[in-house]
Amino acid sequence: MRPTFAVVGYYEPWLIQIAKAVVIFAVILGILPIIIVYERKLLGRFQNRYGPSRVGPFGLMQPLAEIVKFATKEPFRPRTSMAGLFALAPALSILTATAALALVPFGDVQNIFGTPVGLYGIDPSIGPLYLFAFSAIAFYGIMLGGWSSGSKYSLLGAMRGAAQLISYEVSQGLALVGVIITAQTLSLTGIVVAQKSMWFFIPQFLGFLIFLAAGFAETNRSPFDLVEADAEIVGGYFTEYGGGGFVAFLFAEYLNLIVIAGVTVTVYFGGWLLPFGIHPPGWVDPIIVLFKMFLLITFFIWIRATLPRPRYDQLMSFGWKVLLPLATLNTLITAILVVATHNGP
Amino acid sequence: MSDDATTPDTGVPIHSPGEDVIAVQRVPRRGATASTYRAFGETLRGLKTTFARVVEGPTTIQYPEEKVPVYPRFRGRHKLHRFEDTGLEKCVGCSLCAAACPADCIRVVAAENTPEHRVSAGERYAAVYEINLSRCIFCGYCEVACPFDAITMGHDYEMSDYSRDDLIFTKEMLLAEPLERTPLRAEGE
Repeated sequence: MRPTFAVVGYYEPWLIQIAKAVVIFAVILGILPIIIVYERKLLGRFQNRYGPSRVGPFGLMQPLAEIVKFATKEPFRPRTSMAGLFALAPALSILTATAALALVPFGDVQNIFGTPVGLYGIDPSIGPLYLFAFSAIAFYGIMLGGWSSGSKYSLLGAMRGAAQLISYEVSQGLALVGVIITAQTLSLTGIVVAQKSMWFFIPQFLGFLIFLAAGFAETNRSPFDLVEADAEIVGGYFTEYGGGGFVAFLFAEYLNLIVIAGVTVTVYFGGWLLPFGIHPPGWVDPIIVLFKMFLLITFFIWIRATLPRPRYDQLMSFGWKVLLPLATLNTLITAILVVATHNGP
Repeated sequence: MSDDATTPDTGVPIHSPGEDVIAVQRVPRRGATASTYRAFGETLRGLKTTFARVVEGPTTIQYPEEKVPVYPRFRGRHKLHRFEDTGLEKCVGCSLCAAACPADCIRVVAAENTPEHRVSAGERYAAVYEINLSRCIFCGYCEVACPFDAITMGHDYEMSDYSRDDLIFTKEMLLAEPLERTPLRAEGE
């Protein structure tokens, strides 16, 4: 009988599952400040300047100083805001971002002290759906944050965020369908294994571009950062947040960046696989994945330094009139090709 | 404007509400989708442009450690001079600089030189010579007015202080060999 629910496929003892969760969380949260300072320094280079260079050696202590600054700020909320939801929204944002992190596979199943351990949080049989489910909930963090602030700018930002996330999620999902058809599996580790002969960004190049463009929009990053659009609506949904709430939103944003980089690496750049048939020992796998993510994040920052923000109507017409038809076309062509070249029964 | 005027591209008649009102009619511009496709190529061009900035390297000057060099005729903080051979002050206390000063920031009190107490080469010397740098506008008129080249404008531009009183520079401070804190611009730089 087919299972009603998704098959998660745990086979490790629960102790190892908890250890895995702690390790992934600790490593990624440790990388987070590095990415923040890396982004600021790189953005500086893109603008002929140095970026933060005063706090600590090469300015590397900058995020630490900022966290101390934010943590010691007076918590406040506007008189018109709604206390419960106002506090809930940043927590919801960071929770969904962290939950999506569990999906990124950092390596194949390894034998650690005689116990087989998969180097990933979970590997459900519905990988991408899990991802989209959590990015859909992430939108509540933004919407609630904007709405409960009781401020016009926040609400405008949240409305933009809602429209943008929904529009681009469609294209992102459809772009991923091409990969799923090619790999014939919904498990992310399965997708990686299916890339043994060729990384999917070559046969699925159009899908890769669509996924990347939609990924910028999904993570609310420049050029699609209309949700924040500091020049027009102050700070968008987190206008009224200071101190801890603001840090939570900021961390959620960068966690989303890491997640989207991780998923792109997994789906289009062969995860822990190396080209030219190189097979390093298993413990190198997470380093390979992290390095690929690092390159991709560098590209994200490069894009941020390059492109100006489009107008809101341009954003919508790009999402619905360009990305969606292209993604549909990509899915259709992939399906036809897969059926035409299928050698099975 | 007559009532039957139409917009050039849509042919929609414009209803003119009056002579002094300018009717602006905006329609969605055509070709928005096509231009988005074109934008892909332009994006690549933009990526090239920003990457060229990384290759160029930063042009920032790290101020307190690195200083912008000044030109030789830059007018910074004043200096009073002595004769190099005798060590006597060049200033004879004539107060021409104080008279020329448009900001009225120089105060000179002259005194007679005596054979036992000879300070300057002339008949008199400046017993008090103060420049209030919080008022000075660095016009350089004092330098022009001085008949003996006793006062010149130096190159130092770092003169901020925590108290206004500290900005009144006395004769000793102006005579003292200034800390060469400001680099001079090289030829052709």
